[in-house]
Amino acid sequence: MTNSVVEAPPAQVPDELTPGHSRWHGLRPYAPLAALVVAAIVPYSTLNLPGVFEGPLNSPGTLQLLAVCLVFGGLAAGYDLLFGRTGMLSFGHALYFAAGVYGTDVLITRAGLPLWQAALLTVTGGTILAALLGAVALRTVGIAFAMVTLAFAQVGAILVARDFGGLTGGEEGLPLDVAGLPSALVGVANTVNLYWLALAYLALVVFVVHRVSGSPTGRVLAGLRDDERRIGVLGLDPYRFKLVAFTLAGGLASAGGVVYCLVVSGASPHVTSSELTLSLLVMVVLGGPGTRWGPVLGGILYMYLDHRLTAFGTSDVVNSLPAFLSHPLSQPLFVLGTVFILAVYFFPGGLASLRSRLHPLLVALRRSRPSRS
Amino acid sequence: MSAEPVLSVENLSVRIAGLHILQGVSFEVASAGVTVLLGRNGVGKTTTLRAIVGLTPRNGEVRGTVRMGARSLLARPTHRLVRDGLGYVPEDRCVFAGLTVAENLRLAERRGTAPAYDKVFALFPELDRRGRQRAGSLSGGQQQMLAIGRVLLNDNRLLLVDEPTKGLAPKVVTEVAEVLERVAESVPVLLVEQNLAVVRRLAHDAVVLSAGRVAWTGNAQDLLLETALTKSLLGVGSEVKA
Amino acid sequence: MSTVILLALTGLGLAALYFLVASGLSLVFGLADVLNFAHGLFLGVGAYATWWAAGNLPGAGPSGFGFVVAVAFGVLAGAVVAVLVELVLIRPLYSRTIEQVLVTVGLSLAGVALLQATWGADARPFPRPAWTREVTSVLGANVPNAGLLLIIAAVLVLGGLLAFLRFTRYGLIIRAGVENREMVTALGIDVRKAFTLVFAIGGAAAALAGALGGVYFGTVSPGQGGSLLIFAFIVVVIGGMGSVVGSAYAAVAVGLLQQFVNYYGTSGLGDLCVVGLLAVVLLLRPQGLAGKVAHA
Repeated sequence: MTNSVVEAPPAQVPDELTPGHSRWHGLRPYAPLAALVVAAIVPYSTLNLPGVFEGPLNSPGTLQLLAVCLVFGGLAAGYDLLFGRTGMLSFGHALYFAAGVYGTDVLITRAGLPLWQAALLTVTGGTILAALLGAVALRTVGIAFAMVTLAFAQVGAILVARDFGGLTGGEEGLPLDVAGLPSALVGVANTVNLYWLALAYLALVVFVVHRVSGSPTGRVLAGLRDDERRIGVLGLDPYRFKLVAFTLAGGLASAGGVVYCLVVSGASPHVTSSELTLSLLVMVVLGGPGTRWGPVLGGILYMYLDHRLTAFGTSDVVNSLPAFLSHPLSQPLFVLGTVFILAVYFFPGGLASLRSRLHPLLVALRRSRPSRS
Repeated sequence: MSAEPVLSVENLSVRIAGLHILQGVSFEVASAGVTVLLGRNGVGKTTTLRAIVGLTPRNGEVRGTVRMGARSLLARPTHRLVRDGLGYVPEDRCVFAGLTVAENLRLAERRGTAPAYDKVFALFPELDRRGRQRAGSLSGGQQQMLAIGRVLLNDNRLLLVDEPTKGLAPKVVTEVAEVLERVAESVPVLLVEQNLAVVRRLAHDAVVLSAGRVAWTGNAQDLLLETALTKSLLGVGSEVKA
Repeated sequence: MSTVILLALTGLGLAALYFLVASGLSLVFGLADVLNFAHGLFLGVGAYATWWAAGNLPGAGPSGFGFVVAVAFGVLAGAVVAVLVELVLIRPLYSRTIEQVLVTVGLSLAGVALLQATWGADARPFPRPAWTREVTSVLGANVPNAGLLLIIAAVLVLGGLLAFLRFTRYGLIIRAGVENREMVTALGIDVRKAFTLVFAIGGAAAALAGALGGVYFGTVSPGQGGSLLIFAFIVVVIGGMGSVVGSAYAAVAVGLLQQFVNYYGTSGLGDLCVVGLLAVVLLLRPQGLAGKVAHA
C-alpha cells in the first residue's frame, strides 16, 4: 500500500531506559565523564587545527566559537525534552531563550543589578513565563499547539523590536554593560572562563534531561510521545506532564540565555526570531531526536557549521565556482536547509542513528573474523 | 454452492503500535450470500476489514495474503482496490456531513461507468427525495442507507460492511437488514455484525474471531443453534431481539 | 470620520493580503494535513518572478497590460514551484505528518536563502503601474489604490475558490476530503491528485499575494514571506483549517483589528492583540470559527 521512500525509525525508547549489552557496557557510565574532562582541558591545549578552527584551541576566537556551540548544544538538548522525548512540536522555544538573553542584559545594563541577581531573576522569570504560556498553549494539541507557541514567540519578537520603553534597544540590540560584572568574566583574556561556563551549562542540561528521562516521569513523557491515549487510560493527566516538561525546558532555555548573553556580551533581536526555534528543530533532528547525545551533537555541529559556512561561503574555493553554485553555497542557511531535507529523507534518526545503522556492518565484520571464546 | 471463494484470507497478521491484533487469521468468503465475521468487542473484526481494504494505520504492520480471484490485495492502494470491485461500508457510516445527499452520491461516480442511480433509488427512495438535504442532518438510519447506497452505484465483486445496525432503533435495524438481504442476492457480502437476530436472518457462513485468531468457521445457522458454543465464543446467548 | 474609513479600507487591504496567503494554506492543511512552512516561499517566488518578468520578459512590463502579464507570470511561477514541492518533497512522505512539517521547515530556510543568494538580501523597488501609486477618494478618505487592488483581487479569488469548490468535481473531492480523507479514498478516488491541486491553488494565491504585496509596499525582499506567513498561520487557525470562508472572516477580523489598534494604540499593540485573539479563539473554540477540529 505504501510506496514510501524511507522507513520511519521505530518509536525510540530513551537510552536511559534501555539496558546496554555491548562489550563496553561496563565502561559506558564513565564515557560522558571522560568527555567532560577532555572538554574542560581543551583550553589548555595549543593544538592547531587549520581549516577546522581559525586559531589554536586556546585562542579567544576559537574558545568563543566553542562556547557558543556548547550553549546551543545545551539548548538543543533542552528542546529535545519537548520534541524528541515528549513529542511536542513547539515553534516558540526561542522565546524563553530570548527572555534569558534580554532579561539578563536589561537587568544588568538598564537596572544596574549585579550578575547573580540578574541571572536568578531572569531564570525564575523565564520559568514562570514558560509555565504561564504553557498552561494556555497546552490546551491545544498538534498543529494548533505549534501555531500558538509560534504566535507567543512572535509577541516576544515584536516587543523586542518595537523597543517599548527604550529597554531593549530595538533593531540594533543591546550591548551588555560589563562594568558591573565580576572581572573573571570580562575581557578577551577571560574568554576561557566563559567557555567553562558554557560547558557547565551544557553539563547541567544533559544531566537534568538524563535524570528526568530515566525517571518515572520520563517514562510517562515517552508514552505521551508514542500514544497519548494510552497515558490517559492509565489514569494520568497528559496535560500536567506536558506542562512540567514545557516549564522545565523553558527554564533551561532561559538559563542558556543568561550564559549566551555573557558569551556574546549583549543581546540582539535575532534571538527572538522564529528562525532560531527552527534551527533548534534542525539541530535536534539532525542529531537524533530522543537520544542522549544526538541533540547535543546536533547543536554543536549546527552552530559550528553556521559559522564556518559563512566563512566558507565567502572563501576563494566557493567564489571560483560557477555563479549558480557559488551564490547558493555562500548562504549557510541554504546549505543547512538542504542538508536538513536530505537528513529527513535518508537519515531520519539523525547522527545518533548512525551507530545503529552501522551496527549490521560492524556485526558482519566481527563475524568474518575468527571467533574468540 | 459455487466452489471458488470470492475472497481468501491466508495467515493475516496485523500489529498496531506494537500490539498484536490479529495473528494468523485465515478464512474464505463464499462467492454468494453473506459471510458474517463474529466475535467479542475489540477482538479485531474491524481491523480485519480495514486490513483487507488497505486502511491499516501507518504505525501498523500487515502480513499475510489476501486474494480476490488471482490478485493479491495487500500492498495495493485502497482506491485501486475499491475500483477493482471492493465496496466498503465503514463502521459509523462516514457520510460527508457538510455535503448534500446528492453530492455524497455523486462523489462515488466514476468516469467510464454509468452510475446505477435507478438501482440505488429503487432500493432507497428516500435518497432520491432528500437529494438536496445536508447529509449531516439525516437520521442514523438514513445515513446508513446513504452509506450503502453510494457503494451500490458501482459494480462490486464483494461488499465489506461493518456493523451497519449499530446504534439504530429496532425498526430501522429491520429495514437495514431487509436491504442487505436484497443486496446480497446479487453481490457477496462480508459482514461484521453484533446483532444476532440480523445474523440469523442474513448470514450463511460464519467466521468467529477470538483472541486475534479464527476460533470457528462454518454454517452460521448451525452456530446460532448451539447455545453453549455461541455463548463461549461470543459471550452472549442467542437471545432473539424482536 | 475619514480616518476611520481610511483605516477600515487599509485594514481590509491587509486582510486581503492575509486571505490570499491563508486560503491556500488552509486548504492544504485541511485536506492533506501538511503544515506548509514553505508557503512563504511561494509568496517570495511570486514577488520575484513578477519583478523579474516586468524587467525581462517580452510582452511584460511595469505598467499597463504588460504588468498584468508580469503578474500572471508570477502567479504561474508560484503554482509551478508549489506543484514541484508537492510532488518531489511532500508526496513521498505521505501521511508522515511530522516529517512533512520538517521538510517544509528545511525548505523554507533553504528557499529563502536561495532567493537571497540570487537577488541579494536588500529590498528592491517593485515595478508598479502609475495608477497604483495614486489614491482614490472614498467617502472623504484618500485610500491608496494598491490597497483597493488587493481587496478586489481577494474578493475575486474568494469568489473563484468558492465557485470551484461548489461546482466542480475536484472541488467536491476537496470538500469531502477535508472532512474525511480516508473515506474519499474508500470511494475509489485517488486523493493525492487533489493534494497536488490544492498545493497549486495555494501556491498561485500566495504568489498573487506576493506580487500585489510588492505593489502595495513598493519593495520586494527575501524575508517578506516569513513575517506575513506567521499572520497567515494565525488567520488559518482562527478561521478554521480547511475552510476558505473561515479564512476570509478571520482575515477581515485580523486585518481590521491590527490596523485600528496599531493606529489608536501604539504601533505594535495591534499585532499583540491579534495574538491575543488567537489565544482566546483557541481556548474557547479550538477548531476555529468554521473549521474541522484541529487534531494532532
